[in-house]
Amino acid sequence: MALSNIFDIAGSALSAQSLRLNVTASNLANADSASSSTSQTYRARQPVFAALFDQSMKDGSAVGVQVRGIVESQAPLRAQYAPDSPLADKDGYIHMPNVNVVEEMANMISASRSYQSNVEIMNTSKQLLLRTLALGQ
Amino acid sequence: MSFDIDAAFGIHPQALAVRARRAEVLAANIANADTPGYKARDLDFRAALAGASASMHVNATRLATTNPAHLAAASGELPDETLLYRTPSQPSIDGNTVDAQAEYSQFSQNALQYQASLTFLSNRIKNLLTAIRGD
Repeated sequence: MALSNIFDIAGSALSAQSLRLNVTASNLANADSASSSTSQTYRARQPVFAALFDQSMKDGSAVGVQVRGIVESQAPLRAQYAPDSPLADKDGYIHMPNVNVVEEMANMISASRSYQSNVEIMNTSKQLLLRTLALGQ
Repeated sequence: MSFDIDAAFGIHPQALAVRARRAEVLAANIANADTPGYKARDLDFRAALAGASASMHVNATRLATTNPAHLAAASGELPDETLLYRTPSQPSIDGNTVDAQAEYSQFSQNALQYQASLTFLSNRIKNLLTAIRGD
């Protein structure tokens, strides 16, 4: 039944988008987490999405989304001169994460819109299924 | 006078199946709106409906399989070649060709057409019930 597959597809998208929202929240929360060495500094993370093909369908249809992994941004860290900070290294610098707050906000809105539209898809499919069940009554 | 319930329902059951299949394909497009390299797909409705009608007719005259070596009749699955790739109007740099807004509008249109098919079917069923009850 094709309509019930939609719940799997939209459901996979919901979990992928909520993970993206989670990662964005973690990036935003740690936007100002300074540290005294570059190796300990938080780096911005991004989930990598990939299409999840249903192996039982021979034509490669019925695709959901999976999160292939989470990658850390390789953008350079910001070094800030703050000799008074308890975290300052021997040269008086603290290392700030490479989180771009504006980019993360845009990411957050995009993820939340995608989440909402997939919820709408589920609602519509549910209504169609219910109406199909009520057929002939 | 013989009565064929398939003929009474006309093309609507097949249309309903193809609409449901198309809703699934469009939902997959929307789910993958942020997936790099995903190519949007859609059904060729005319070919899919023709294929569905053909396979329904095969199913209507089922083959008796009394021996494991007998060939089974074609299943109700839609033919593969009806699933095509959409021509991208504005492909993005990550290779994704889903235009989310276009997919939403197609999805809602498809949902409406599904409901239209449902209404046709339910009217046919009501007509049959009226004929059976005779009141």
